[in-house]
This record gives sequence, structure tokens and C-alpha cells, in this order.
Amino acid sequence: MKRRGPSPLGQILVYLGLIIACAIILYPVMIVLKKAFEPGRQFALSASPVPSSVTLDHFRELFSQRSATGELMFLRGALNSIVISLATTVVGVALSCTAAYALSRFKFPGRKAGLTSFLVVQMFPSTLLLMPLYVILNGLGLLNSTIGLVLVYSTTAIPFCVWTLKGYFDSLPAELEEAARIDGASQWMIFRKIMLPLSRPAIAVTALFSFMTAWNEFILASTFMTDQSKYTLPVLIQSTVTEFSADWGLFAAGAVITSLPVMIAFYVLQKYLVGGITAGAVKG
Amino acid sequence: MSDLELRGVRKQYDGVARMVIPDLDLDIASGQMAVLVGPSGCGKSTTLRMVAGLEEPTAGVITIDGRDVTHMAPADRDIAMVFQSYALYPHMTVFENMAFGLRIKKLADAEIKARVNAAAASLGLTPYLERQPKALSGGQRQRVAIGRAVVRKPKLFLFDEPLSNLDAKLRSDMRREIARIHQESKTTSMYVTHDQIEAMTLADMIVVLKEGVVQQIGSPVDIYEQPANKFVAGFFGTPTMNFLGATLGDRVITGEGFSLPFPRAAPTLRPAAADAKNQVVIGIRPERLSLSDASDAIGGKVVMREVLGAEVVLYVESAAGPLTVRADASAAPRPGDQVKVALDPTAVHVFDGTSELRL
Repeated sequence: MKRRGPSPLGQILVYLGLIIACAIILYPVMIVLKKAFEPGRQFALSASPVPSSVTLDHFRELFSQRSATGELMFLRGALNSIVISLATTVVGVALSCTAAYALSRFKFPGRKAGLTSFLVVQMFPSTLLLMPLYVILNGLGLLNSTIGLVLVYSTTAIPFCVWTLKGYFDSLPAELEEAARIDGASQWMIFRKIMLPLSRPAIAVTALFSFMTAWNEFILASTFMTDQSKYTLPVLIQSTVTEFSADWGLFAAGAVITSLPVMIAFYVLQKYLVGGITAGAVKG
Repeated sequence: MSDLELRGVRKQYDGVARMVIPDLDLDIASGQMAVLVGPSGCGKSTTLRMVAGLEEPTAGVITIDGRDVTHMAPADRDIAMVFQSYALYPHMTVFENMAFGLRIKKLADAEIKARVNAAAASLGLTPYLERQPKALSGGQRQRVAIGRAVVRKPKLFLFDEPLSNLDAKLRSDMRREIARIHQESKTTSMYVTHDQIEAMTLADMIVVLKEGVVQQIGSPVDIYEQPANKFVAGFFGTPTMNFLGATLGDRVITGEGFSLPFPRAAPTLRPAAADAKNQVVIGIRPERLSLSDASDAIGGKVVMREVLGAEVVLYVESAAGPLTVRADASAAPRPGDQVKVALDPTAVHVFDGTSELRL
């Protein structure tokens, strides 16, 4: 049966609604973009998202600021963020893949309880974990350390990654594994040569999620990293706006630069993302 | 080449009271193609999966070529299996799919190439070796799955309803292909299907299963001509055998509107309810019924007519019960016509009314 589309008036209303929704979402982004390219430290009073004049001064300043030790602060922060985010991605994906595969394919005591607890911990706000995590990291001597922050980020990202990947593994037919077992493959070989290559879309989603978790996170990083040379980009950018002085131009330029890698990652991985997001959901 | 033996094999799933396989003994001689056939849920696939090592039997012993493999991993059993869903590795080419098992066995590259190329040539897959499964049709995919089994040169081939996902034409082509491969390799094979035509055309030996219990083991001709019980008689043959209630007298079977000689002296029937004494069921295949003017033929009315081409199938309501008759297309009456149907007394199968066993 042919589906009837909405009437022309209905169509206009739908588009109008969508345009308004897009404007509401994009307006704050455009205001930040405007500030990044507009001269001056303060926000202009105009509500227009178009800058009155354009300058790259904020970006120049951002890249030339040096710390007390003479280090280029923004590049140092970027390097910290890249190392921490990539390490979080590698650790998060490696642990999530193996955990999700085990949870999807094997029956063992505590399997259901483990999965439920993964879901429950997702429901706590990360601020609630601040104190216990601080105490644990302090006890381990991992405060102000890259490894400490990577461990914290990985553990926060893992529950979501495990659920996504488990859903995807569940959708892969068991006959593939059985065929491989009859072909003589070991469990590890089945995982590495059959399951992992087939799970690329789901792995792309979880990798991106892990990366973003680490790249955008502020509260934990600002609590655990007290040494300025260890700051990640969000912490560094926030430090440009204090209660005594606020350079919103520098802040906006930093925010624009910081969001670029995530946008690039989305663009590169988008073909996997669409498949990955839907693939685990429905058994096909 | 190997014998496959199952001794006292049982299977019960955790938390399920019913035994899927209560107690199974089976022997498949070297080089034979044994077809396990039965309705859905009869335990045929479970049996095959236990032989493959994909399911652990609850009790019993499975031996392949004299070697006890009951608790062995599938990889150590020297078997190859073709799945209903093909189970091809989607990210590998046809060549890689077929070579996967050989690479795990660590065969030399030249040997792998030779074996895969030979199998591909025999199955008409040579032009597709570099393609991925998604770029193949259903029939080609099933050929790859068969090729993947063939290259391994196993002691035992296992087929789990390999043709169920194919259309009628391809199914018949692939059936011949499997028969040819079996004739050439003479590898002992176990083939599971619910399709009686596959069973009849492929098998050296048919094993009919119902609720995990073997109903009959025999050659296709035996199974068709001498069914051990009413279930086997009704399972094989299209359209299915006609069954009519009757009473067994002294060398005579009498039913509503018919009377037939029973060549043997009346056997002692199994104990049954007093009012069911000497009750039997007679079975006769639709092709052994004929339209006739004889005075002792059963009268009835044609209610439906299915044209099969050269012949038609007539569904007749008679005093004896519903009858299915295979008749010549040219002479067949129309729905609503009154007809008389004659039974060929030599083709009548007689089953005990209670136990349903052949008499």
C-alpha cells in the first residue's frame, strides 16, 4: 500500500518546526564561533550570531601562551588530551570487546548480575564518584597522573561500551562460530578472526564514545590533575575564565579548536556509526 | 572412510523435563549416506550436533572410525559440516572461506591452493573465488559451504538441512550435486532433513525419527514399500497415504463400504480396550487407488481436484472416510461428481489400531 504523505500545509509546519529546532541547537554554537573570531575579551551585547569584524588574534594568543616553565600551554594541553583520550580508547575498547564477547557467548555465575551492575552504575552522576575515586587514586599514588585518569575514564566508558558491543555480538549468528569450531579454530582465534572483523561498526561506535568521554571530560580531570603541565584541554580552557579575569575570546577559540578532532572523527567514522548504532539493536 | 556408531545416546537439556533423545543406537557403515528424517522437533538436528561435538550428550558413546569422540572437541573429530544458513564468513572471500580450515591445520600454501582450486572447479566456483559471500546467490553460497567441507577431506560429512533455504529448482540441482559429490568421495555422511524427497533421493539408508525415537531404519524402497508403522507410512509419499478404519476378521478386513482379503491368518492384536478389539487401520497410497465401475468399489463424491500436469489428485468424500486418489488428468472427474474408487488389495498396508505397528 502506498503511504500518503502529509498535506502541503503539514509539510510546511514540519519543516518550520525542524528549522526552529536546528536554530535553537545551533545558536549557542554560533555565538561561540562568533566570539572566537570577534576582537575583544568580553561578549558583545548584540544577540546576532554574525561577528561585526573578524580576527584570528584569539587563536594566535591561544597557541602562543607559555607556562611559567616556558612550555607552550595549549600544545601541552592538546598533547595531554590526545594521549589520555587515545589510551582510554585503546584500554576501553580492548576490555569492552573481550568482556562483551564473554557476556554474549558464555554462561557463567554472575553473568546477569554483572550486566545489571554495569547498567546501574551508568545511572549515577559522575560527580557522585568524585570522592571515592579521589580516595582510591590517592591510595594508589595515581593522583595527577596520566595513567590514573586513563583508568578512571576507561572504567566510566566500559559499561556503555560493553552493552553496545554485547548487543552486536548477540546479533551475530552462532553458526559462524560453530562453523569455525568445526574448521578447527580455537576460541581466541574465533574471537580474533571471525567476531572482531565482523564487529567493526560496533567497535567504531564504542571507540568514538570512549574517545569522546575522555576528550570532553572536565570535572574529573580538573579534580585529579592539579599540575598545570598535566591539564587536559577542557581544564586548560576553563582556566582562561576565572573569577578575577575572563578572556571569553580565548575561551571560545579554545572551544572551537577542541571540538575539531571529535568532528573529524565523526566524519571519518560516520559510515560505521549508522550501521553500528542500529546493528546491535535488532537481531537480523 | 569410517563407521559412525551411536550407543545409548541420550540428550536432555537443562531445566527441560522431556528427553529430546531418550535412547538412541545407530550404525552408519563406511561410505554410506544416512539421512535422518522426521518432523520438526524430532531430535534429528540434535543428534547431528552431538555427532559434530556442538552439543554434549547427556549419556552414551559416539564413535567415529572406532575412536570414541563423545567428549572430543569438534576440531579433533575430523568431520566437516554444512549448515542450513551456509555459515560462511562474510568478511572473507570464497577462497579464504574454503581455505580457513586448511590454514588452521597449517597445510602448505601450495597444498591449500591445489585443494581449494580443485573443489572450486568441481563445484563451478572458480570464477567466484575472489568474491565475498554477499556477492553470491543462495545456490552459490551453499556451493561454497559444501566446498569448504569438501576441501578438508574429512572422515565424516554432516549436513544440517543444507537445502532448506533454496528454492525448488536450486534445491533439486543441489541435491544432484550432493549425490554426485558423495558418489565420488564415498565419504560416510549423515544428512538431516525434514524433506522426504531429499531423504528418498539421497539416502543409502533412511533413519526415521519421531520424538527422539527411531521409528524405522531402512533403504528408501523399504521405507516406502514396507513402512514399520502408521507414522512412517504417513510421513513418506505425496500426497500422503490414505488411512481407513477397519476390523480384522479371519483372513478378511472389513470397513465401511469395503471388504478386503487379508492374506495371513489374523494375528493376535496387542491388548487394547475391549470395544476396540480387532480394530485396525488400513493404509493405501493414492496411486494404488483407481477410479472404477466395479460393484465392490467404494462410492463417494469428488470435493476437490488438484491438477499436477500429467495427472490430477482427487479428494473424495466416501462412506469409508476421506480418500485421496491419483488419477490420469484426461479422465478425471470434476468436483461434485459421484465416483467409485477401487482399492488394490495387494497394496494395502495394515496397522494395529492401538499400537499403530505394521501387521
